[in-house]
Amino acid sequence: MKPNRKMMLTGNKAAAWAARLARVEYVPAFPITPQTEIVETLAGWFADGTMQGKFTNMDSEHSMFMAAGAASASGVRVFTASSSQGILHGLESLHTLCGWRVPLVMVNVSRALATPITLEPDHNDVLITRDSGLIQLHAETCQEVLDLILIGYHMAEDPKVCLPVLVNMDGFYLSFTREPVSIPDPGLVEKFLPKFKAVQPVFQASQPQARASAVFGGETYSWFKIQQDLAVRHAEKVFIEKAWRFSEMFGRYYLPVESFRMEDAEYVFVMSNSFATKGKSAVLKLRDQGIKAGLLKLCMIRPFPEKAIAKALKGCKKIAVIDQNIAPGRGGIIYPEIVSALFPEKTAGQKVLSVIGGLGGKDIREEDFGTIIQHLGNPKPEGPLYLYGEQDLNTFLKFERIAKPEEVARS
Amino acid sequence: MSAITSNYKKIKDLNPHESLSAGTSLCAGCGGLEGLRLALKELGDDVIICNAAGCMTLLSVYPFTPLRGSWLYTTMGGPVPAAQGVRDALDIRIQQGDMPESENLQVMVLAGDGSSNDMGMGPTSSAIHRKLDFIYFCYDNEAYGNTGFQLSAASPFGGATQTAPSTGLHPAGAELPKKDLFEIWRAQNPTYIATVSPREPIDLANKFAKAKLMKGPRLFICLSPCPTGWGFDPKETHLIAKLARDTGIFPLKEFFEGKVMHNKVPRKRVPVERYLERQKRFQHLFIPVRQEETLAQIQSRVDAYWSQYE
Ligand SMILES: Cc1ncc(C[n+]2csc(CCOP(=O)(O)OP(=O)(O)O)c2C)c(N)n1
Ligand code: SF4
Repeated sequence: MKPNRKMMLTGNKAAAWAARLARVEYVPAFPITPQTEIVETLAGWFADGTMQGKFTNMDSEHSMFMAAGAASASGVRVFTASSSQGILHGLESLHTLCGWRVPLVMVNVSRALATPITLEPDHNDVLITRDSGLIQLHAETCQEVLDLILIGYHMAEDPKVCLPVLVNMDGFYLSFTREPVSIPDPGLVEKFLPKFKAVQPVFQASQPQARASAVFGGETYSWFKIQQDLAVRHAEKVFIEKAWRFSEMFGRYYLPVESFRMEDAEYVFVMSNSFATKGKSAVLKLRDQGIKAGLLKLCMIRPFPEKAIAKALKGCKKIAVIDQNIAPGRGGIIYPEIVSALFPEKTAGQKVLSVIGGLGGKDIREEDFGTIIQHLGNPKPEGPLYLYGEQDLNTFLKFERIAKPEEVARS
Repeated sequence: MSAITSNYKKIKDLNPHESLSAGTSLCAGCGGLEGLRLALKELGDDVIICNAAGCMTLLSVYPFTPLRGSWLYTTMGGPVPAAQGVRDALDIRIQQGDMPESENLQVMVLAGDGSSNDMGMGPTSSAIHRKLDFIYFCYDNEAYGNTGFQLSAASPFGGATQTAPSTGLHPAGAELPKKDLFEIWRAQNPTYIATVSPREPIDLANKFAKAKLMKGPRLFICLSPCPTGWGFDPKETHLIAKLARDTGIFPLKEFFEGKVMHNKVPRKRVPVERYLERQKRFQHLFIPVRQEETLAQIQSRVDAYWSQYE
């Protein structure tokens, strides 16, 4: 086995490297910040012959996802990437291709949704696809981006899954941040992930087929949808198998949920993606102060690994679910999912606090974790805790003051 | 290749093979369906149809298909990008030696006028620009048929639809002329464009025979008399289609190598009223009072069209 090569890569470059190592044959693409570097890199590699197959510049994400799904149904390994408004624009196609049951991997580089328009990250974009039938894996580091894409292909192409996989990374925090990434040996990757061979019939003359036909009646519709649900659920087991195989070959192991200092934790932060690194650092500092903190990181959000979550949180009395998203009128999107996972084995006296932070790229600072601990200490139930303090308000008002000094002075 | 070569002279010359069987859930007398049947006779079985939401979506209802070839239902705005994905994938597999040329498919989009002129037009224009190698079959029933006959950009001036009814304030019904899909495509210089009619099977077959040997974007606009939406007896589909030609309302033409050619020029055009009066969607032009001005406008637009070529 050749030694692994380490390179300093942004999350975007790591994603492109994964597609290259997976010997992706087809990339339909459309630019959007902060994802564009991925498709630009791949365009370069197709153009100079590093990658074989075809890179097609599409006219929108709706078109791009359509082309991606149809190409997968025609027997090639497909990769694509998007973000934010692109996900919204392509949402109809995403639901459609999940129903087609086509294996492929796409990357979403999280960016908050308009309105107001911004380039900075939160998870409302990726979570809008929550109910589409996509398998969702969320990366904390640039290395995870690369690894999860490779594992993602193995899982997507499994005969018992046959579904598109979305790998998520945070815009800016990962997409444009260079980290040391170990690039696995291409020969080994080829062993892990052999050339794509579709398990379902693909479009070609000798095997005519009608695909995605209309249905009459709820019985047929329900049959297909229940099949899809079972396949997505089954993907959790398949992920664990593939990730295990990956660890045997490359030495890095992943689970649907990751427990960080959870052994004796009294206070738990439930987080995902790159901000989990901030959470882990806060956990260590809190422990230095004698506070038994821990962190549960969600790596897989669809299927929702509820048993693993319930097991990891069993007996924990003080849990904060930190949502970097907002469903106006409801609060955090992941919060109710965690609560429902805990419900069957509810621990008496447990407080599960909904925390909303990191919207539109706003930092979650160390002191924010302290604030959360304080709120968790209060036994009273309470609504979502918005991580928005004096300092944030002052930053906001600073701009207001510049724009309309008199009005601000009056108020 | 000349754009007016014709291999087929008589009905009995046509390919006896049927790639589309009878017994679908479409309406009796559907002109678009007949056009598609004739097209597939010529294209054969090695075709994949990427379908846009519309009436034809009900051709394949699980677990049945009337087609010998392949079918992929997409979305209302996405059949062309789906065709792009299929075409690209087949090309990649052939080029990499993963699939013999004998497994190749003709990629065809099947979409109504609503999808073609409205929601699907942006992606289509982009695919023409990319020179996608595909056939586009637009069955033109001049409205959103599947949802119950609402106004599309291809609904004709003076026709009533569910969302552009004839009222005291708006007596004509639809007040704008149809978008000219033929000319919109032509502006991008695709490989081939033709209009066809189910009433002209020989002309249709000859056009498909030619187009199937070409590469690049190829558009067919098929006149699709729609008994349900237009309001006529299903047995009159062919009569309506004949009148569409004889009045000059629906010109049979081709675009190839930079030139537009008319195939069947009506020598002496029948007054448009003969075509209009047989359809319920134009009934308000005659009853309770004749809308002389609207009728005259419809006639003069047809005359103006032909005066360019006469
Ligand atoms: C995004 C979207 N909007 C609306 C519809 C509803 N819809 C289904 S078919 C149809 C009409 C399509 O009209 P046309 O393309 O002319 O085809 P026809 O129904 O006449 O066959 C509409 C509006 C849809 N399927 N998708
Ligand atoms: S509504 Fe018209 S176009 Fe649609 S299937 Fe019926 S006859 Fe054909």
